[in-house]
Amino acid sequence: MIRREFLKTSGMLIVGVSAGAIVGPFAVEADAQAARGLYPDPDFHQLDSWIVIHQDSTATFYVGKTDCGQGTGTSFRQMMSDELDIAYKDTTCIMGTTDITVDQGGSGGSDAIQTDGWPMRRVAAEARRVLLEMASTRFGVPVAGLAVSNAIITVKADPSKTITYGELIGGKRFNVPLTGANIDATTGVAKVKPVQELKIVGLSPQRYDIPAKVDGSLKWAVDVKLPGMVHARNVKPPVAGAKLVSIDESSVRNLPGFVRVVSKGNYVAVVCEREEQAIAAAKQLKCNWQKPATPQLPDGSDGLFKYMRSTTPKSSQTPINIGNVDGAFANAAKMIEAEYEVPFQGHNAIGPGHALADPSNGQMTIYSNDMKSYGMRNGVAQFLGMQREQVRVIWMEGPQGYGRTAADDAGFEAAYIAKELGRPVRMQWMRDEEQAWDTKGPAFTFKIRGALDAQGHMTALDYAARSADYNHLGYNEPDTVLIAQLFGQRRDKPAAGSSAFPNDLYEIPNRRTLLEVVGLPLLWETPLRTGNLRDPNGPQSTFAAESFIDEMAFAAKADPLEFRLRMLMAGTGEDSGFKRARSIAVLKAAAEKYGWQPRPGPNPNRGSGDILTGRGVAYAFRNQTVIAQIAEVEVNRKTGRVWVKRAVVGHDCGLVINPEALHRTIDGATQHGISRALYEEVAFDTEKVLSRDWVTHPTLTHMDAPARIDVVLVNGDPNPNRPDLPHYGAGEAAMKPMIAAVANAIFDATGVRLRRVPFRKERVLAALNAAKV
Amino acid sequence: MSNVTLRVNGRAHTVDIDPATPLLYILRNDLGLQGPRFGCGLGQCGACTVIINGAAVRSCITPTSSVRGEITTLEGLAKDGKLHPLQQAWIDEQVPQCGFCQNGQIMTAKAMLDRNPHPTDEQIRQGMSGTLCRCMTYYRIQAAIKRVAGRNV
Repeated sequence: MIRREFLKTSGMLIVGVSAGAIVGPFAVEADAQAARGLYPDPDFHQLDSWIVIHQDSTATFYVGKTDCGQGTGTSFRQMMSDELDIAYKDTTCIMGTTDITVDQGGSGGSDAIQTDGWPMRRVAAEARRVLLEMASTRFGVPVAGLAVSNAIITVKADPSKTITYGELIGGKRFNVPLTGANIDATTGVAKVKPVQELKIVGLSPQRYDIPAKVDGSLKWAVDVKLPGMVHARNVKPPVAGAKLVSIDESSVRNLPGFVRVVSKGNYVAVVCEREEQAIAAAKQLKCNWQKPATPQLPDGSDGLFKYMRSTTPKSSQTPINIGNVDGAFANAAKMIEAEYEVPFQGHNAIGPGHALADPSNGQMTIYSNDMKSYGMRNGVAQFLGMQREQVRVIWMEGPQGYGRTAADDAGFEAAYIAKELGRPVRMQWMRDEEQAWDTKGPAFTFKIRGALDAQGHMTALDYAARSADYNHLGYNEPDTVLIAQLFGQRRDKPAAGSSAFPNDLYEIPNRRTLLEVVGLPLLWETPLRTGNLRDPNGPQSTFAAESFIDEMAFAAKADPLEFRLRMLMAGTGEDSGFKRARSIAVLKAAAEKYGWQPRPGPNPNRGSGDILTGRGVAYAFRNQTVIAQIAEVEVNRKTGRVWVKRAVVGHDCGLVINPEALHRTIDGATQHGISRALYEEVAFDTEKVLSRDWVTHPTLTHMDAPARIDVVLVNGDPNPNRPDLPHYGAGEAAMKPMIAAVANAIFDATGVRLRRVPFRKERVLAALNAAKV
Repeated sequence: MSNVTLRVNGRAHTVDIDPATPLLYILRNDLGLQGPRFGCGLGQCGACTVIINGAAVRSCITPTSSVRGEITTLEGLAKDGKLHPLQQAWIDEQVPQCGFCQNGQIMTAKAMLDRNPHPTDEQIRQGMSGTLCRCMTYYRIQAAIKRVAGRNV
């Protein structure tokens, strides 16, 4: 029986799906082909929407999340198994498919464990409660007289009396309503277990998705094939702001396998029977584009930063103004001022955007790796003028762009063309298209001033940040995805975008922030549109702020770690017992693991040959997660090459669900940070993006992997009188301080302060030569 | 279009195709293989890697007509239901994040270790340097390779 029938019929037996069977895209696809009629929204106020117990006492969990590659599904199973009192191995987890899983919004914001884990735990606890009630009735024994372990309930007074979950409810519905004002608040009557009673949380079962990813058996969204499907490729405007005048279809009409040119406004795609035919046809299609009268983009990053500094901002956030900043500067013993720059950086997933859309039965099914599959369902329905009940998205694994698929262009494009043709359409972006036209992490400029008193204490911070983030792309909005823009749709009021100040925990008595957002001259149909790239503004603002703290420490002739600790320990507000105390614990743990010896920078023993060594520290809070990173670098003064030889990460995200999976998430985010520090920058001229492949938007490679990464999980609140910490998020936090840690380490090694990202060897060498290092 | 016979993972397949078509599309779309994946179509990232005559080959830029010899894909590494030691090491080290590039990582590592079973750290870096991962799992990949090469890691 298919899942949707189970969701709407009551008391029926379902075919037992053992936990060992492949429950995933294969099963979902079979389900899809059998499906007719409108696609339901599983009701999150029904226990049956979350948990199915099978006759063999295994369980399937249905959750409304997607995995960006960190193995969150394994952690969901651990949390829910623990609350349900069932063995981890006897459970499976299905995620992100809109008509069979509740809508928890998909993934984003590192909130899977922090936020969405709670309703998962509560509904599993509720299922356990209901099963105990059923056993109580069955045996005529109060619940207090029952014990439960591994899905077997035993009468404590007579252990010969046992019954399994499968015997109690296997294949049948719970029919238990839940409450809660929204899905995050979903709850039953049962309470979740206290941390001390959790047995599976805190273990490290291997991620269930990995075996099929290394033996080639996993069916990804790129692998789906349907009878009658055709292949589509986009033809993008050759320069930003170009208008399509005409298409010469005869240039491709006679190519083998040609099906159709699809075009509306400035959107153009070619469809062919076979994939290689579509690639060839898209290259060969002759379009007549009219260039805009004047070039629409700033002239590369140099032109961009100049423009950002001189233009009038489009929006600003409420400034912080604490104490008397001007007075503090007037009385300062020393004043430091610095400017920093971070360019646009691409998402650039290892596999470009893709989706398969099936318009069968007058409906629309999209096979997609969209991290926000539920939003795509709603967006596509509006975009195509269909009822949302006619549209569903089947989420499948895909290459991660760490935010790129939050507005999944390829899914909208595939659906549009499929509706036009009445055939299943597979859309696949090419590499040059992905590099040039994917969403970008916003560029930033910063101007920061700081004051020191005669004792070397920081008395004032005056921080101004500008981001190029106006018209920041929303999540799967039907009027802002790229195809809608190319169709000519425009919002009256573009999204405000955001700037950022990363950390307000340092005790600096006089503080001022100015956070502004600028808009580029070309706001629509631009290859420089911005979207959420892993911790959207964090790496940029933390680079500037934590580089600056390092500059202040140098000016104060202080050890950069001790300088930070001093400002964290000075606080006496409410935070001092919690956020600051955890920050201090994490910084100290990282320093201890590294073997940090206090001294001011730069390194007096940096080396005398070509290789100079140094260390740098940076720290950040992200939501409730605290992180400190120490980079040890080797800088080659002959070539300018920087190698992060060792990285140490102190990390506190509260209660850890799966330590080994967390370690690897932190490893990856740390190296992602190194990649953004050393390599990543979108190149462009006044007409177009010049980054079109892995040479023109370089990325970290195996050559750059650290020889050693140490991760210290600092799980805990130093105050023993406070309740145990809950589980916080971890997907993005380790992205945040790494650029600053690398910059600070380069300073320690060379005495040269790099204030513009990235630190490619040419830029480093030029800076070293200028400083005669 | 013409008939082309390919030997893939121990089986012969004859397909009626344009022989200039890059091997990747034939493997994926005509033979239904899922290991080799499209990443760049430029031979730069390695996601499409297969092994031909012992060499790691970028199937996205290899004309099908140029292929001589047996093609091994990720699906063909396991023997008699037992994973290749590299695949097992990838599981033991829990290497992947999203996993999309790992076909190329594993296949490139296999060709490298077949030539040089005990590479130095520098040889591993060099040998793997053209195979990209945007989840940046490099550190764990290198640990898994060292594990297979019998090295303490």
